[in-house]
Amino acid sequence: MSELPKARIATASLAGCFGCHMAILDIDERLIDLMKLVDVDRSPLTDKKRFTQRCDIGIIEGGCCNEENVHVLHDFRRNCDVLIALGQCAIMGGLPAMRNAIMHSDAPLRECLDEAYITGKYIRNTTHNVPNDPALPLLLDEVYPCSQVVEIDYQIPGCAPTGDIIFDTLSKLLTGKFRGFERDMIKFD
Amino acid sequence: MSGTKKETGFTFTIDGIEVTAYAGQTIMEAADEAGVYIPRLCDHEGLRHQGSCRVCTVKAGGRSVAACTQPAAPGQAVENETPHLTKMRRDLVEMLFHEGNHLCPICEASGNCELQAMAYRLDMTEATKFPYLEPCRALDASHPDIALDTNRCISCGRCIRASQDVDGKGIFGYVGRGIHRRVAVNGENLADTDAEVTDHAISAEVCPVGCIIRKRVGFAVPIGEREFDKGLIGHDIEEKRK
Ligand code: SF4
Ligand code: SF4
Ligand code: SF4
Ligand code: FES
Repeated sequence: MSELPKARIATASLAGCFGCHMAILDIDERLIDLMKLVDVDRSPLTDKKRFTQRCDIGIIEGGCCNEENVHVLHDFRRNCDVLIALGQCAIMGGLPAMRNAIMHSDAPLRECLDEAYITGKYIRNTTHNVPNDPALPLLLDEVYPCSQVVEIDYQIPGCAPTGDIIFDTLSKLLTGKFRGFERDMIKFD
Repeated sequence: MSGTKKETGFTFTIDGIEVTAYAGQTIMEAADEAGVYIPRLCDHEGLRHQGSCRVCTVKAGGRSVAACTQPAAPGQAVENETPHLTKMRRDLVEMLFHEGNHLCPICEASGNCELQAMAYRLDMTEATKFPYLEPCRALDASHPDIALDTNRCISCGRCIRASQDVDGKGIFGYVGRGIHRRVAVNGENLADTDAEVTDHAISAEVCPVGCIIRKRVGFAVPIGEREFDKGLIGHDIEEKRK
């Protein structure tokens, strides 16, 4: 195991709830085995904000709901040999994508923001405006799954995926043994 | 009855496995009895065959046929689990996901859903090639005991047949044509119909997905103990052969 040169991995959370990153921690004590195989580059786990060098594997949680997400995803695609979409948000938009098809609405994004900031029953917003500070990243018209923005090599399903499927997939990919998922590990929830 | 049946029995093969059928039986009925599982979504035990989802497509005599409607024929060599058929079925199932709004993590049917279970069985895990259509579909929560979330409806028509043929009511029906064909209720909304939560059409087994929702019963079974946490869809049929 230790004879293999260590692989570099990077992770990022886009439009997600951070649950998939929490699920990485569900790998529990096997993280020690995994850390023998990898060094972690750019990631919220290391708090490194930029790539320090090219990575073997990039792991993405969440889909794209704003322009910053798109930039980060492109940056990952450029800097990683293999890109993994981790969890349902990254794979198909997940919960954030609920705003894409609001019933009877011609402008779902507008309706969603209005209800969140202005018309919602329990809203107390004295400005009666939707936040529009220039520092806020521009929202996209829809929430896009990662595969609709860049090429994705593997998807690990689940919301959140179990520590088992994350560990199993990563350790097999790192040792060249990944041949697809065991069927009883596949869960979309 | 089985005595007369036996006299007219004949055999054919599915993936090389010899299966006995009786005159008038479909390929799927004979397969089920023999413990060979053919994937399906619109067909359901006790309901008239409709033959619309095509997930049950098999090759028989070199032709693609729907196993749920095609009568079995003596000596026929049927192909069921080939890489080609599995890929075609996976594409069909994937398209059903894309045609509606299937957000499994927030769905009451998750874990008990046949569409999701079929995706598991057919290994639907690769990055998609199809666009998400994300239609704006209606939610009807007008009835005190039942809700309909048509975001998840796959137009299998099982509720239509169950309501018509079993309940004798006709609560549901198709409206529109082609890609716009939808299942709708015969009335302004569900509360205006004579639907009751005790109808067979409303029971948990009829709607394969999370479209017909019995209020106040969702999420009662913990993750890990739901129907398809316990085994792959079709395993109950396959176990008959072991
Ligand atoms: S897939 Fe689930 S756990 Fe992961 S980011 Fe999305 S909502 Fe959170
Ligand atoms: S109906 Fe089935 S496939 Fe659709 S969201 Fe619910 S669990 Fe997922
Ligand atoms: S409501 Fe359910 S049973 Fe009826 S057509 Fe839609 S998916 Fe099928
Ligand atoms: S199960 Fe045969 S066509 Fe749907």
